[in-house]
Amino acid sequence: MEHIKTLTTRNLCESAKKGGCGECQTSCQSACKTSCGIANQQCENSKKA
Amino acid sequence: MVHRFHLDDIYMAVDPCSASVHVLDEMAWEVIGRYEEKTREEIAAELSEKLGESPEEIGACYDQVTELKERGLLFAEDSFEPMAGELKKRTAGVVKALCLHVAHTCNLNCAYCFASQGKYHGERAVMSFEVGKQALDFLVAHSGSRRNLEVDFFGGEPLMNFDVVKRLVAYARSIEAEAGKRFRFTLTTNGMLIDDEVIDFANREMSNVVLSLDGRKEIHDRCRVDYAGRGSWDTVVPKFQRLVRARGGKNYYIRGTFTHANPDFLEDIKVMLDLGFTELSMEPVVCAEGDPAALTAEDLPVVLRQYEDLARLMLRREREGKPFTFYHYMLDLADGPCIYKRISGCGSGTEYMAVTPWGDLYPCHQFVGEEAFRLGDVWQGVTREDVREEFAACNVYAREECRTCWARLYCSGGCAANAYHATGSVRGVYEYGCELFRKRMECALMLQAARAMDGDGKA
Repeated sequence: MEHIKTLTTRNLCESAKKGGCGECQTSCQSACKTSCGIANQQCENSKKA
Repeated sequence: MVHRFHLDDIYMAVDPCSASVHVLDEMAWEVIGRYEEKTREEIAAELSEKLGESPEEIGACYDQVTELKERGLLFAEDSFEPMAGELKKRTAGVVKALCLHVAHTCNLNCAYCFASQGKYHGERAVMSFEVGKQALDFLVAHSGSRRNLEVDFFGGEPLMNFDVVKRLVAYARSIEAEAGKRFRFTLTTNGMLIDDEVIDFANREMSNVVLSLDGRKEIHDRCRVDYAGRGSWDTVVPKFQRLVRARGGKNYYIRGTFTHANPDFLEDIKVMLDLGFTELSMEPVVCAEGDPAALTAEDLPVVLRQYEDLARLMLRREREGKPFTFYHYMLDLADGPCIYKRISGCGSGTEYMAVTPWGDLYPCHQFVGEEAFRLGDVWQGVTREDVREEFAACNVYAREECRTCWARLYCSGGCAANAYHATGSVRGVYEYGCELFRKRMECALMLQAARAMDGDGKA
């Protein structure tokens, strides 16, 4: 019996290999302007892992 | 250390270091809670009694946890710290986003304004075209290989300097092809001066429009008043509705602020929905401790409950075919930020800066007016390398408290301005903000789990 359902998430170790292009939106430059977070940012790397 | 939480009947585990997310049944919840302290046999014996399940089934559940651990999806070690400064080192000196304070003046006199009615504790002023043009040239010149450049027209109220905004956008468009850049503009406005021309312009040129509305009329009009003390709700709501209707699906946010006067901000969100808005953001007020608007310890449980009820409302409306977006619950688990982005901090003072009407550079809009943080200006660039270094060193490992926080790879170390105003140091921790952030992330993750289960036909 399956007791755990794992949601699909980005593999962060893999993202280390091709990540860091810096094209994504600056964290605060959007709706909030007062409480930053990066969770709602989209990756804009065309070669992402 | 795995973070477990539940909301209603959805039980979850988040692995902080791999950012893996798991939905659990009761048995898995209990097994994971004991996994690091006890053996397979001890757990099977203990839970067999507690849950009335066979030791074999509990052992099988234990083995599933072990398999996830071996695949690096549970109890993963944090191996990313050496990379924390790497991205900023690699991109040192690159600026890709500017917040242009085109008007340090405002046609509203909002009691809670962190910018002190747009003046940022200084003189009233508007930015000239020449200063703005120099800022755009500065941005292009310092953007390295970045193609996407972001410029936010901010204030005060930027539409009080609309002519310069239009001229700056035209100038940017005239240079972007040759420079190999793409400008993305955002306009943040209180709405008072929105007319047909503004609507046409904003919908043509602005990638995003942020519209300030606090929700209920009595809440909005309590703070968002003109200089005669009259509320602005009746004026701005129809203008926002017209702008959004004409926007044709392009990004916008209705952005509210909640204060001590309305910790029950879900009621304000419901009003926004009733007005026909679906892209929503609601932010805790930023003000000095002791300010009558400041959120108190007594407000905290009320606010946390709003976040939970908001998640429930979103889910209900999604299932009814009436979805809406809450900025902080947007979460793309499969395609979100890479690890560099997650550990590098918010970028203020390095890739992101604010420009005053006089062309001075500050680490972000919330530091404008704090003379000690003035970085330089748009003609000479950054002349205070020590300040830039201080911000460059802000990352998720810079604060001891963040090292053990399960949400660190969703927050990246938090807001330097909040930290500074709460503790006197940009490397401090604004714990109240952290509590709100963690609750928002739990709710956002719960929504993801609920959607995944809806997709499986299990809910």
